[in-house]
Amino acid sequence: MFHNLAQLPRYRGLIQSLVARELKARYRGSVLGFFWSFINPLLLLLVYTTVFAYIMPARFTGGDEPKPFADAYPYSVFLFCGLLPWTWFASSLNESAGVLISGGNLIKKVLFPAEVLPIVTALANMVHFFFGLPILALFLLYSHAPVTPGELLWFPVIVLVQLILTAGLGLLLAALTVHFRDIRDILSNVLTLWYFATPIIYPWQHAPDLGKWFLNANPFTHLAISYQEVLFFRGPFGHWRWLLALGAASIAFFLFAYFVFDRLRDTFAEEV
Amino acid sequence: MDDGRTAAIEVIRASKIYRRFSHRKQFATLKSALLSRSLIKNLRPDETFTALDDVSLTVPKGRTLGVIGRNGSGKSTLLKLVAGISKPSSGSVRVDGRISALIELGAGFHPEISGRENVFINGIMLGLTKREVTRRFDEIVEFAEMKEFIDAPVKTYSSGMYVRLGFAVAIHVDPDVLLVDEVLAVGDEGFTHKCLDKFAEFKRRGKTILLVTHSLGLVERFCDEALWLDRGRIKGSGDPKRIVGAYIADVEHHEEGELAAVDAKARQAAAAPPEAAAAALPETPVDAATPPSDMFRAIEGRWGSREVEITDVAFLGPDGEARHVFQTGETMVVRMRLRAPAPIEDFVFGIGLFSADGLCCYGTNSDIEGFVSRKLHGDAEVRITFPALDLVPGTYKVDLAVHRRDGVTYDYHRLLYTFRMKSAIADVGVYRPGHTWQFSAGIGIEQVKP
Repeated sequence: MFHNLAQLPRYRGLIQSLVARELKARYRGSVLGFFWSFINPLLLLLVYTTVFAYIMPARFTGGDEPKPFADAYPYSVFLFCGLLPWTWFASSLNESAGVLISGGNLIKKVLFPAEVLPIVTALANMVHFFFGLPILALFLLYSHAPVTPGELLWFPVIVLVQLILTAGLGLLLAALTVHFRDIRDILSNVLTLWYFATPIIYPWQHAPDLGKWFLNANPFTHLAISYQEVLFFRGPFGHWRWLLALGAASIAFFLFAYFVFDRLRDTFAEEV
Repeated sequence: MDDGRTAAIEVIRASKIYRRFSHRKQFATLKSALLSRSLIKNLRPDETFTALDDVSLTVPKGRTLGVIGRNGSGKSTLLKLVAGISKPSSGSVRVDGRISALIELGAGFHPEISGRENVFINGIMLGLTKREVTRRFDEIVEFAEMKEFIDAPVKTYSSGMYVRLGFAVAIHVDPDVLLVDEVLAVGDEGFTHKCLDKFAEFKRRGKTILLVTHSLGLVERFCDEALWLDRGRIKGSGDPKRIVGAYIADVEHHEEGELAAVDAKARQAAAAPPEAAAAALPETPVDAATPPSDMFRAIEGRWGSREVEITDVAFLGPDGEARHVFQTGETMVVRMRLRAPAPIEDFVFGIGLFSADGLCCYGTNSDIEGFVSRKLHGDAEVRITFPALDLVPGTYKVDLAVHRRDGVTYDYHRLLYTFRMKSAIADVGVYRPGHTWQFSAGIGIEQVKP
């Protein structure tokens, strides 16, 4: 396993060109092309803001009790801080689950390092996430969000932790889906549930105590909180212990996922 | 140049066993696996299929090995093992040097992006660096004859263009070991020649080639050695001419069996219509005594009064042995055994040869050739000898009949017998008139086969 893992850096040229291909191919043929990378998160944001601020005002936007958000506008910025990384995470996992099957030609007919495929998926979606960042930055600037340079230094760390976690999950899902095609169908539902079980549309503080315990067990909670604390909330970044712990756990998980992937590697060519 | 003593490819006692799941288990899903708690049990196959069985081979550096064998004999599996795409279930495979596998050309092309970008990505996938691809790019495009289309998206390419580009990239990877799986079947004649030239160049430069093909001529001309796989085992290896010869003999033997089975089936169908459940004894004319209304419809059948009966038909080679496969120009004897329970005075023997598409290639009978019948009683035998049967390669069906001079049929066997003509020359038409070629001085030409 470690022998194969050590080979991974040698594939960076391949990974690089595959990510570029992924990005080029995605919007090829559409009128707005590349601009969809900006428009998509904006539209998503618009939908969520409309629903949660106007159609069914949640207690953290209106109501009488604690009001972290005076009106709908900061809420949408808060929402955006969690939504953008979640989109990266969720679409990576969704695509990873099918990536070995759709890339079957490569695995069956060419000597090709299969682990590259889920990693490329995670990276391509990360680039999309980056494309969404300027929009987020505009929102933050406009709302005078209390972003300090010191806090902002944590941002790449959060992204890195998320990348490792996403890649690890992607590897595991990709390998298992080859044997159990059901995973693809189960996954989309699990991801919806997971989304609502993560403090993205609501702040963590608003969860009941039992729910908080549950939320803490969800790795994406700590990513979402980290993004929100660094970008949106005032005050120093207090969640860094959780973040670093999650980082360590993600590395361990990535190694575990790689181990599973490596064990199943020889079956791919036959099962895909 | 290498000294040829070191092995480029070494396969030692490799077997490949594929797991075969039964239908029910194949559709077993995660849910059912979890529910029945048989996750592990279901992952275990209940049947296996041995694609390669204890195969060992060594290809020294700079040699070209041709692998032949019938469909499903394990050729492609062997190639995949050597390429490292799949692992042997037991045994080992070792390859020395960079491999390029021309197995699935253009695998990994992305349809939405341009040929140019795909060339880069494909090249990198096959182990080149970006700089190496840039350096070889023009050569690749020129080889693929794709200059004007290289910036169009790959989805707009014809299948020929697709494969040509894939081939061009794969061949420009500059491998030490080249694996080729039946890729020459694509592309037009010109491109095929170009590929062969490229292979020849590889050979000259001391590269090792493993070639899987159905083109036996290619193996004979091009390979230093041939390997014959049959049902996953090595059936022979060594000199290409010898192996190809043995393989052709085996294929013909196999075809014999097939054609004999076809004939037996046709005769059975003709002799036993459903209502005649009782065995068709020679004494009982079981089917209609009248011919079908449309004599020109090429369907198998048998009719007649059976006052004279054709009891056995065989095609004999020059050695007198019965067989179904003949070489164009060979001697063929059609032997027809007859029985006439009562003496008959008025009889004509007829024969017709039909091509697979129903064209009558030749027909004659004893009457039009001036034989006047006198008497036929008891068991008898008629032999029609074709000293040189010059039909072009293909499958032929035969009509045989005994009838009265006025056409009333005793026994008519319509298209019940099959033989196959083979030839090293794939000429076309119906029949090959004897011919020779003469070339004046000034024409540079030389015959390399047959």
